[in-house]
Amino acid sequence: MKAAVVTFPGSNCDRDLAVAFERAGFDVARVWHKDSALPEGTDVVGVPGGFSFGDYLRCGAIAAQSPIAGAIQAHAARGGYVLGICNGFQVLTEMQLLPGALMRNAGLKFICKTVEMKVATTDSAFTSTYQKGQTIAVPVAHHDGNYTIDAEGLARLQGEDRIAFTYVKNPNGAMADIAGVLSANRRVLGMMPHPERVVDASHGGTDGAALFAALMGGMALA
Amino acid sequence: MKARVTVMLKSGVLDVQGEAVRHALGTLGFAGVNGVRQGKVIELDLAETDRAAAEVSVTAMCDKLLANAVIESYRVEIL
Repeated sequence: MKAAVVTFPGSNCDRDLAVAFERAGFDVARVWHKDSALPEGTDVVGVPGGFSFGDYLRCGAIAAQSPIAGAIQAHAARGGYVLGICNGFQVLTEMQLLPGALMRNAGLKFICKTVEMKVATTDSAFTSTYQKGQTIAVPVAHHDGNYTIDAEGLARLQGEDRIAFTYVKNPNGAMADIAGVLSANRRVLGMMPHPERVVDASHGGTDGAALFAALMGGMALA
Repeated sequence: MKARVTVMLKSGVLDVQGEAVRHALGTLGFAGVNGVRQGKVIELDLAETDRAAAEVSVTAMCDKLLANAVIESYRVEIL
């Protein structure tokens, strides 16, 4: 299975994300934002955390218009998998691959700590190795993680079982405690917490490793 | 030709920064501030000389990049 990890100016979790994919058995290619195509045979695109383009205008807004964004759109449109973490989640909402938007944290502070979140659905290639309702500990590090969506959009996410993760104790004001959401075809996941930062015992936790393992296993079956 | 774009959070979207500013104003003794909404102003210097064409063009810029329609509304003024 092939993963492509995108780097924008200001990305800072791209290497960690590449390592997490490698650990799970993926062949990983690194892609620059000015590239207009993904490597041949890419199965999953990783959009990493960081501060792409300095968070200018809105978090993720400028990255969402970069040359590689068109290739990511096309990849998703043909049913390819996309994983956006933190700033990557913001980029995916700005690209409208995922609904809603991520606003300034309700407490206005940058939050950098490990939080507990619940696996809200196991019906996705990203979450199939977890138990539904399982609590996992994953770090967050963001200033704009306050997930917002209109009432109709929220009802759709809930009705279609597309909320992937929820916070046990909401750190940022996110609507319905949402920490991660899936696309309608369940192949695009955006989440604020950083699973790539908990894939090795030396990280202080390994709760994120199952996500990458699930993706590897799920895609091998698909 | 110059254009000014004002981007604000839609009504109904909680503006946490505006709320913090309102609270700070109260702390400073400015009574009676019932609400604060914080937005941004973007000024554009355009080569276009036709007002109508400039407005169409700037509106497209807002839809594509300058505003996020999920949470924000915008107003275009051609100056």
